[in-house]
This record gives sequence, structure tokens and C-alpha cells, in this order.
Amino acid sequence: MTGQLTAGQLSASELEKIRADFPILSRTVRDSRPLVYLDSGATSQRPRQVLDAERAFLEQHNAAVHRGAHQLAEEATDAYESARARIAAFVGAQPDEVIFTKNATEAINLVAYGLSNSAVAGGAAERFALAPGDEIVVTEMEHHANLVPWQELCRRTGATLRWYQVTDDGRLDLDSLELSERTKVVAFTHQSNVMGTVPPVAELVRRARAVGALTVLDACQSVPHTPVDFAALDVDFAAFSGHKMLGPSGVGVLYGRRELLEALPPFLTGGSMIEIVKMEGSTYAAPPQRFEAGVPMTSQAVGLGAAVDYLSAVGMERVAAHEYALTEQALTGLSEIPGVRIIGPSDCIDRGGAVSFMIGDVHAHDAGQVLDDLGIAVRASHHCAWPLHRRFGIAASVRASFAVYNTPAEIDALLAGVQEVRRFFRVPA
Amino acid sequence: MKLEQMYQEIILDHYRHPHRSGLREPFDAESYQINPTCGDEVTLRVALDGDRVADVSYDAIGCSISQAATSVLTDLVVGRTVAESATTMDAFMEMVQSRGKVEPDEKVLEDAVAFAGVSQYPSRVKCALLGWMAFKDAVGRAEAGSSDNGAQRAEAQ
Repeated sequence: MTGQLTAGQLSASELEKIRADFPILSRTVRDSRPLVYLDSGATSQRPRQVLDAERAFLEQHNAAVHRGAHQLAEEATDAYESARARIAAFVGAQPDEVIFTKNATEAINLVAYGLSNSAVAGGAAERFALAPGDEIVVTEMEHHANLVPWQELCRRTGATLRWYQVTDDGRLDLDSLELSERTKVVAFTHQSNVMGTVPPVAELVRRARAVGALTVLDACQSVPHTPVDFAALDVDFAAFSGHKMLGPSGVGVLYGRRELLEALPPFLTGGSMIEIVKMEGSTYAAPPQRFEAGVPMTSQAVGLGAAVDYLSAVGMERVAAHEYALTEQALTGLSEIPGVRIIGPSDCIDRGGAVSFMIGDVHAHDAGQVLDDLGIAVRASHHCAWPLHRRFGIAASVRASFAVYNTPAEIDALLAGVQEVRRFFRVPA
Repeated sequence: MKLEQMYQEIILDHYRHPHRSGLREPFDAESYQINPTCGDEVTLRVALDGDRVADVSYDAIGCSISQAATSVLTDLVVGRTVAESATTMDAFMEMVQSRGKVEPDEKVLEDAVAFAGVSQYPSRVKCALLGWMAFKDAVGRAEAGSSDNGAQRAEAQ
């Protein structure tokens, strides 16, 4: 997301129409207060269109996909593969470059385990094998899902983990690390789930390419909020989750460039992913089937296809413009409240709609509790980015995160809620 | 408003002016406990004198509920026997895990009855119990005579 907006923002009536698609947004919480849902960074709400698509699939077409020749099996397989094709188009990928996983965490683990399995797979996979002396590079702002799998990969292979540091204003410090010929993987987020920071992807990819390293992009916080084209970004792998983009939980996506997926050994093995099975050993199917062992989640994939249709109908440029305006309103409002400290960039340049902050020395749990009492749902924790919080000398923060269905009035409610936290816990002006 | 029921004045008082905070010598055992969902942590030391709790000292990072609960804990156990402390802890745990269904016994829990409101918020129960978990662990270590384990565990974390 940049400062230049090319699309018009959503009008009030359009926004009202969108909100009407999300039944949960009209409920009340905590003594009849209207729900102000500002926790879409954790999980987003789902529109009726997604719920209906799942129900229609289950009521009319349900069967195990890629098995059997009966009519339902054909229809289920068509629905599943149609979802894959639409999701692929949504992120600038070919259908056979999209692998369905349980979630984004599994998608990143699939890459990490594929790489370590390369050591024993032989053949084309040898190019991926890691050894002591090799380096895997991440950043200090990663979600645990894009950190712990790499720590574990290092442990299994003897490779060394290194990381780019974060500046005081929440940007990636590109001078904090030099890649080298030893660097084999550079894994980084497309948008910090805590600070909203969008790192310079093109520059990171350029540096990784220059030393022959693979790039892995955690796109969980970008794909739901802004137009994303993995081919144009030129990353090797990317992961995102369904439930953060108006879709179901239980489904995530791994994107991989075709020639890499063709060479990568499998992570999970079993049914569906094989080519020939003999008692003595087996060979494996081409991607994406090689990476989808067992009967996959089906209604969830169909639901995610419907979520992509929904977002496309609104238009991702407009989604981004809408959330940009909300983020700007929140940052401006918060910066005017005495005692509030924003964790991360305080401007809207290269920044998405996740805003984390501290209110005086009030613990995030306590602040979150007061906001919850007002019906405002925010996240109060380290947001699965513990090292980043440690870097800023805090245990936890309050995070408000936005989605297409949020309104300027909800940002006003958040700002009023922050004032109430100050009053309740007597934060000095 | 439910909020005032949870954040009773007595809790906020303990939060702002915690009793017996800071780590002190001598001690028989130390325990380090952490809440992985929010990163709150407490290092708590117990000094026993026979079967009595002679001192509890602690260093904690955490929300008002966890800080106040640890402060109140020290009031409830210091000077009492280990067995009495265990009874108090059981009553406290039962109360905060009850979703508001258990009427707390003020004779046993004293100031800690103020935490009854916490039981209405399941996500905060762990906060109220963090110090108690450390106390239970430290007493267990002290009775087992392994005063150095706590420190080792803290390093491992």
C-alpha cells in the first residue's frame, strides 16, 4: 500500500451494503453494545456469500475430490479445482502453482520440510539441500509462523539463522545484514501483522536473487487487503490463509513457482499425492497434487473461492483505498491522544491497516479489557510476534486491525475507547 | 458495568502499590512462570521456616490482574503453614475458574475475594493464577530441597 491511490474509496452506502453481508457485524456484545470488530488481523468475519457457497456445496455436491467417477465426485472436483483457479488468478499465479494447505502455518512448514527432505530425496531436489555453514535469513518482525519453522529447519540441517533488524520507527533495517553466497533462503513478511509495515519486497528479492537464495513471502496480511501479484513480485514461495481474507478457517494456500514445486520433495505423504505405489517404494504426482496428501478440505476451498469472488467484486484497489483511509484516521487520532505510543510507523507510507500501540504504562490486557467492555474487539498480546515486542521493550501491545467492512465511525469508537482506558487507569496527560 | 466488578478498587490498589515486591534473600526455591499468550512473566521466591511460609518475594511483568493477584497472594500465605496456603490456593483456583458459579469464602480468601469478577472473563483466569502457579511450583521445589532448579529453568526459557 502506498500513498498514491488510484481507486475511489467506498461510499457510505456501499459500505453499508457490504456490512449487511456480514451477519455477525450486527450483533451486540457485553450488555447490548454494538460490536466494533477491529481484530481482522487475527481472523476476519465472513460474508453470507461465503457461508452460502459452503452450504450449497455441502447440500448439492459433496464428495471426496480426485477420487471416484460418480457424478458427485466429478462435481466436487470441479468445484475444488475451480476455486483453485480463481484463487490463483487473484494472486497472479497459475492454478498448478497453488497448493491448498490447512493454513498459512502449514504452508510455510511445507516449504521448510520440503527443503530438509531434499537432503535425502536425491535427483532434482538436491539443489535445495541445506548443510552446516548455510544460512537462512528472516526478519525481526516476523510472525512466529514465519520464524519457528526456519529455526527448526536450521536445527535439522545445521544451517544458521540470521535476521534483518527493525528500526525504532518499525521499518526493516536493510543495512543490518549482508546476504552472502551462504544464504539459501530469505523469508519475510509482506506486511507486519503487528505494525502494518510493508517491507521493500522488490529490494529484498533483488538481494536474495543476487546470491541465489530462495525467497519465501508471508502474505497473510497483504492478500486480504491490497492487490497482490506473486508473479510480479517475483517471489519463489508465498503463503496466506483463508480465514484472514473473509474465507473459512481450515484452508490456507502455498504459492510456489512451478519449476520449484516440480523439484521440491513432498512434506506429507499418503493418498492422492502418489504416482505409482509398490511395496518397495513409491513415486509422486506432479504439483500441486504432490503436496495435497489425503482427502483435502473441500467446502473450505470452495468457500475461499467465494471469498476471492467477493473481494474481486468490491475491487482490491478500492479495498486498499478504504483501509488506507481508516488507517490514516486511526494513526492521526491516536497520535493526538496524550500518552499513546504507536509501535511501528506513525505515517501511512508503505503501511497497511494494523495499528499497534501502548496507552501510558497500562498493560495491553487491561486496555483490551476496557475496550472489550465498550464492545470494541482488539487484540491484546504479542500477536505471535514476541521477538518484535521484545525489541521494543514491551511484553504485549494493543492492536487494532481493519478490514473492508470497518467504518470511520468504528475508528472514532476506538479513539473514544482509548480515552476511556486513560481515564479508567488514570494515565497522566 | 461489569468492568468495575472485575477491577475492584482493592485490585487496583494492589496493582499500584504491590506488597512484598522485589526479589529477596534468603530463599529456599525460586520459580519462573510465563503466560505464553501475552508474554507476562513472574519470578517468585519462597523462603520456608519449617512448615511455615517465612517470605515470598517476586519480580513480575504483567497486567493489573496478575500483578495484584501475586501481591494479594503474599498477604495470604506469608506467616501461614504450607498446608493452609494450599487450602487457600485451592479455594482461589476454584473461585476464578468457576465462571461466577462459586460463592467465595471470605474467611479463607480475605482480600482475594475481589478476584471473583475475574471468573467472568475466561481469558483472564490465567493472569490471576500466574503468581499462584509460581508459588505452588516454588513450594514444591523447596520441599524437595532443590533450590537451584528454578533458576535453571528460567535460563532455559
